[in-house]
Amino acid sequence: MTDKTDIILIINGRAHAISVEPRKTLVDAIRDDCGQTGTHIGCEHGICGTCTIILDGDAVRSCLMFAVQADGRHIRTVEGLADGETLHPLQQAFITHHGLQCGFCTPGFLMLAVNALEHNPNIGDDELLDVLASNLCRCTGYQNIIKAVRAARDEMRGAKAT
Amino acid sequence: MARPVPESPEPMKPAAFRYYTPKTLAEAVAVLADVASDDGRILAGGQSLVPIMAFRLAKPTHLVDINGISELARVTVADGKLKIGACVRHAAFYQPVCDGPLGKLLATVVRSIAHHPIRTRGTFCGSVAHADPASEWCALVAMLDGEMVAQSKRGQRVIAAKDYFAGIMTTALDEDELLTEVRLPLLPADARVGFQEFSRRAGDFALGMAVVTYQVVGGKIATARVGIGGAEPSPRRIAEAEAALIGKPPGATAFDAAAVAAAAAIAPLEDFHTSADYRRDLVRAMTRRALDSAAV
Ligand SMILES: Cc1cc2nc3c(=O)[nH]c(=O)nc-3n(C[C@H](O)[C@H](O)[C@H](O)COP(=O)(O)OP(=O)(O)OC[C@H]3O[C@@H](n4cnc5c(N)ncnc54)[C@H](O)[C@@H]3O)c2cc1C
Ligand code: FES
Ligand code: FES
Repeated sequence: MTDKTDIILIINGRAHAISVEPRKTLVDAIRDDCGQTGTHIGCEHGICGTCTIILDGDAVRSCLMFAVQADGRHIRTVEGLADGETLHPLQQAFITHHGLQCGFCTPGFLMLAVNALEHNPNIGDDELLDVLASNLCRCTGYQNIIKAVRAARDEMRGAKAT
Repeated sequence: MARPVPESPEPMKPAAFRYYTPKTLAEAVAVLADVASDDGRILAGGQSLVPIMAFRLAKPTHLVDINGISELARVTVADGKLKIGACVRHAAFYQPVCDGPLGKLLATVVRSIAHHPIRTRGTFCGSVAHADPASEWCALVAMLDGEMVAQSKRGQRVIAAKDYFAGIMTTALDEDELLTEVRLPLLPADARVGFQEFSRRAGDFALGMAVVTYQVVGGKIATARVGIGGAEPSPRRIAEAEAALIGKPPGATAFDAAAVAAAAAIAPLEDFHTSADYRRDLVRAMTRRALDSAAV
């Protein structure tokens, strides 16, 4: 019953060959078996969103999937955002606009917002607010997160236009 | 002195299960026939099942993952019906999946279900199988008298909405049956549609909702459907509210009468958020607003 299955998780372009029980959640496999601890675990039942990753182009809660379900699929986590020493524009905007305090929720918010901006670079303020309501933050009161994501959207859009 | 260390609670980890990945519907129902009696279950989007497993409120011994069955991932229109396969996710409804008022109504309703990263995994049929009293899709299915197609190794049957919902998280599905498809009648081009719900925070399960459609002929309401969800153990059409609309001109007088009739007709759930009176008033307000939103 506790037989392990061999799977491959492709995280930020790198293949991790691991062996997991079917009951292991994707977030546990990403952290414990692949050593990519940037993705955080909060509630483990789909409420907080701190475990948000991008799976084959879609934002998902990685605590609500089993790792075996992601076999062979492409996963993006917070570790993949920066380009070497250069932060992603959204990461930089979080610093500039004080979008984090303790930082626990930040990886989830970054992946959630990056995914929304990639899907729709012209996303409106209201729709952005609706997307950002997916995740919980216990420190910032959200206003600075919203400011940061709006600023990154405007900057990324500007960069595209030129 | 050191404080006593509290005993650690059970970990938030699902109990062990055997995992199956059928590639066809036939394979899936064959496996389900073998394992259903030994607490074997379907795993669809996992957005309700995995949280329950994390709390160990459910410890299924076998999980039959249907995500790899491509024949179930389709939305089709045939015979005047929209047919939604078991692997169609909530997010598929962001853009209208069919012409006319039904596609528009589905695209409105989906915005109230959970949050975007849950909608990318959770399925329409999973919601209908799970049958949470506050499921938006269940309320819509009840309002439209949708049909549930249940497949098992024993055969296929089609279950009408009025025979399907059987209480809180309870349906007419047998344990070896897979809900392969939900069918909704297409709405005529002149049908007006409206939806309203109230929840304490964006994305939370609603405390009450109304979903409505009606047609106006010669200045009077000729057909009407009023569905109420989240207020009773199962969603359903409210005949008293529909009767209050028929033959009346659409507008405040008829809408108020229907809203009051809906509030009077229900036997509200009570919980620590709400008393029965509060939920009745909520149903009145949601019905009124849903009818108003359909009018524009
Ligand atoms: C934070 C949060 C908020 C949410 N808010 C809402 C909300 O506001 N409104 C709402 O409606 N839902 C909400 N949900 C639940 C979500 O919509 C689920 O996706 C849905 O309830 C179940 O669909 P699923 O595909 O994820 O099913 P699963 O979780 O995979 O399965 C649920 C149950 O149904 C059974 N099942 C699934 N598919 C089938 C099938 N085809 N045949 C037979 N049995 C089947 C499973 O065995 C299981 O018992 C929320 C979830 C979370 C985590
Ligand atoms: S840890 Fe996944 S949503 Fe909270
Ligand atoms: S910064 Fe602390 S939880 Fe968000």
